[in-house]
Order: sequence, then structure tokens, then C-alpha cells
Amino acid sequence: MDSIAVVGASLAGLRAVETLRRLGFAGRLTLIGAEAHLPYDRPPLSKELLSGEWDRDRVVLRRAPYDELDLELLLGFRATALDVATRTVTLHDGRTVAADGIVLATGAAPRTLPGLPTLDGIVTLRTLDDCMVLRGAMERGARICVIGAGFIGAEVAATARSRGLDVTVLEALDAPMVRGVGTRIGASFAALHRANGVDLRTGVRVEAVEGDGRVERVRLAGGDVVACDVLLVAVGAAPSTGWLEGSGLTLDDGVVCDETLLAAPGVVAAGDIARWPNPTFGGESMRIEHWTNAAEQGMHAATRLLAEDGAAPAFATVPFVWSDQFGVKIQSAGRFSAADRMEVVHGSIDEHRFVAIFERHGRVSGVLGCSEPRRVMQYRRLIGAGTPFAEALTAVE
Amino acid sequence: MRISVNFDLCKSNAVCMDAAPTVFEVRDDGYLYVLQEEPGEELRAEVEAAAATCPTQAITVEG
Repeated sequence: MDSIAVVGASLAGLRAVETLRRLGFAGRLTLIGAEAHLPYDRPPLSKELLSGEWDRDRVVLRRAPYDELDLELLLGFRATALDVATRTVTLHDGRTVAADGIVLATGAAPRTLPGLPTLDGIVTLRTLDDCMVLRGAMERGARICVIGAGFIGAEVAATARSRGLDVTVLEALDAPMVRGVGTRIGASFAALHRANGVDLRTGVRVEAVEGDGRVERVRLAGGDVVACDVLLVAVGAAPSTGWLEGSGLTLDDGVVCDETLLAAPGVVAAGDIARWPNPTFGGESMRIEHWTNAAEQGMHAATRLLAEDGAAPAFATVPFVWSDQFGVKIQSAGRFSAADRMEVVHGSIDEHRFVAIFERHGRVSGVLGCSEPRRVMQYRRLIGAGTPFAEALTAVE
Repeated sequence: MRISVNFDLCKSNAVCMDAAPTVFEVRDDGYLYVLQEEPGEELRAEVEAAAATCPTQAITVEG
């Protein structure tokens, strides 16, 4: 393999190029990014960078010199098509990049809501530029309304409160972060947010967003009105695979890969766009939008590309995600839902310091902890090892 | 191989402890402890993975 092109210059793409060089790949290596910025870190965009605690130069993802990687860096170039047979990437300006190996790592983009009007002040949060827009509004004392109490919405609400701003969060479900933590634990986070001054409204439906050129208010079903200067739509993300339509790759809520992350001969995928059967969970098809997964898959995709067919290892992982809100470190690993049996094995949910584990098929399948990083990580290993639930209940001191 | 941790950046997410449990440990006091600052070559893959997946990029591997 003499040349490799990595499409997507965020965490997965960066870890891929770093790993390729570490493994001794000495050929031409191209890193293509749609944004004009060098790879940067996204988690601080809803926390330290948004709060003003950090300057923007602190969110760089790589502190070591780029020269060491000997890259052809194409920043500000959006990929628009891929020809799988010739492994040729077409960029928005019409130029093409052909390579022996391709890493697909174009990530995900925020979903929006159908029927939203076009008004200034309606924003999403995914990129550094998005963050600086929202930060500017916060610096001017804007009243913030957030639609969606997932991780991003909840983190932005916490950051807004740390700046002393009025913030209202509108959530259709009964508690914040339900998809990530379930209703019982979600209810404890609802209490945490309300105790810290967030106007959190759960079980509500947005009927209309109104304003004259600029967003002014959100009208809820039932008649309530929330006045705001900025409306953040934080209703999840969708994989950025539009440019791969017609490429010959199989797309199904992500790029469908085999267990080694191979999507086609010489083509691998990593990060938010990759869908693969995870051997740790019996080959369950997964697509993970978490930071740690992007880092792990970026490394694995590089290894896969350089491996001989048949000798390539599967990508097996226990998904892990964290969030920081109001001084509480939320961490979870594995798979679980509100339908699974849950046991609190340490601490107390309502004191926001606890570890809860979840059961599926007789095994410990998931862990969720608040401000208990050691125990969460020990459970992450037990999940990866397929430990029986009964054994897991008392396995971590 | 020598490991250094920037404790101004470390937020004790303990991801490193999962990647390389014989090298990193976050204890109940909430702090990260480096159990071996100069681990053997057999641990290189684990240590490199710990550095690459550290959410705060607090781990540096030299040599």
C-alpha cells in the first residue's frame, strides 16, 4: 500500500493518521477535512470553551508538531463523492484524490427539527465555529432556550448557568438524558439541573418557534411561551454519509462495515459514521457517537488497513461516554436501557455519587456512575469479559 | 518508554486505567496514580492506546 487518504479531520481521522505513521506506513498520506481548522477537540465546545474558561487555541487535538506526520493536509475541502472501485475521493472544488487505502471518518452532523422557520438566533452546536457563535451570544447575556435535554443540551444548560444566564430546556421525554441514563437516573439529573436554576420542562411539545427576523419565543402545546434570544436545537446527530450515496458502499444509518471495520476492499470506516458488528456484544450491530469510540476506531481502522486480509483483528469494545455537569462526572459504559434490570451497587442516586449496573441475558451489560471513575472503569472491564450479573454485583469493592 | 502525566489537564476519567490497568490507577480519592513510569516494551500497545484515548490528552509517552 503506497498511498492512503483519510477523509475527515477530527478525532477518528487524526488518530488514524497518527497510528498509520506509528505503525511505519511511509507512503503518501492525505488528511482531508471539511472545516478550515486543524483537528480540534469537541467535548469542550459545550463546556470549557463555551464557558469562557478556555481560549480557542486550547482545544487543539494534537500538541505535537504536524511535521512529524508528513501529511498532505487538505483543510476546508468537503468530500462530495467516493468511487470505491478506484478508491478515488472527489472534493467540492472538483479535484480528486486517489489512494490505495481510504479511511472514512466524516463524523456526524446535528439533526434539526422539521418545520423550523428560518430566523437568526436559531443555532446548533457541533463545530468550533458554532461554539464561538453561541459563546458570543452568552457573552452578551442572551436568554438561552434549548430544545432537547440530551448530553449536549444538558451540558450547555449547565454552562449557561455557570455564566449566570437564564436558560430554559425543553424536553419531549419525562427526564433529561433518558436515552443515555434511563428514567430513574434521569429524574435525579432533572433535580440537579433545577436545583442549579435551570428552567427544565419535561414532557413538553414545541408547537411553534416565532420571531421577526430573529428568534423571539417558543410556543409550547398547551399555551406556554418561552421568550429567548437564542434557540439551541440539540436533538441528536445523524451520520455524515450523504456524500457516499451511490458509492457502492452499503449505507444503513452509517457505513456498514465488517467486524474489522472494513467497508470494502481497501476502504475502512471509523468514528460516528461506522456501523459494525461488535463481538463484545454477540455481534450486535452498533454505531457509536462517543469520543472514546472515535479514538479507538481511528486507531483500529489504521491497523486494519495495513493488515493482511484474514489476519485482521475484529474491533471489539465496550462503548464508553462521559459528561460533566454542575461538578458531577457522569460516566457510562456498555449497553443498557430502561427495560433492563438495574442495581445500584455503590452510593446513592439522589446524592449524585453512585454506581449502577445493568443486566442483559444474565450478564452485566452496562454501568452508569456519577463521580465514581475507578469503579466505572472496573465494571467496563467486567462487561468486556462477559461477567455474569450475579458475580458482578459484588465484584468491585 | 517513559510516561508523563500533565496533572493540570487530567480529569480522572480513568479511561487509561481501562486501557493499561497495570500502569494507571484512579483511586477513591479521585486522583490518577501512575503505577509504572517506565513500563516494559510489552506494555507499549496498551500505553499508546491509553495516551490516544485520554479525553484530556494528559498522557505523554516518550521514547
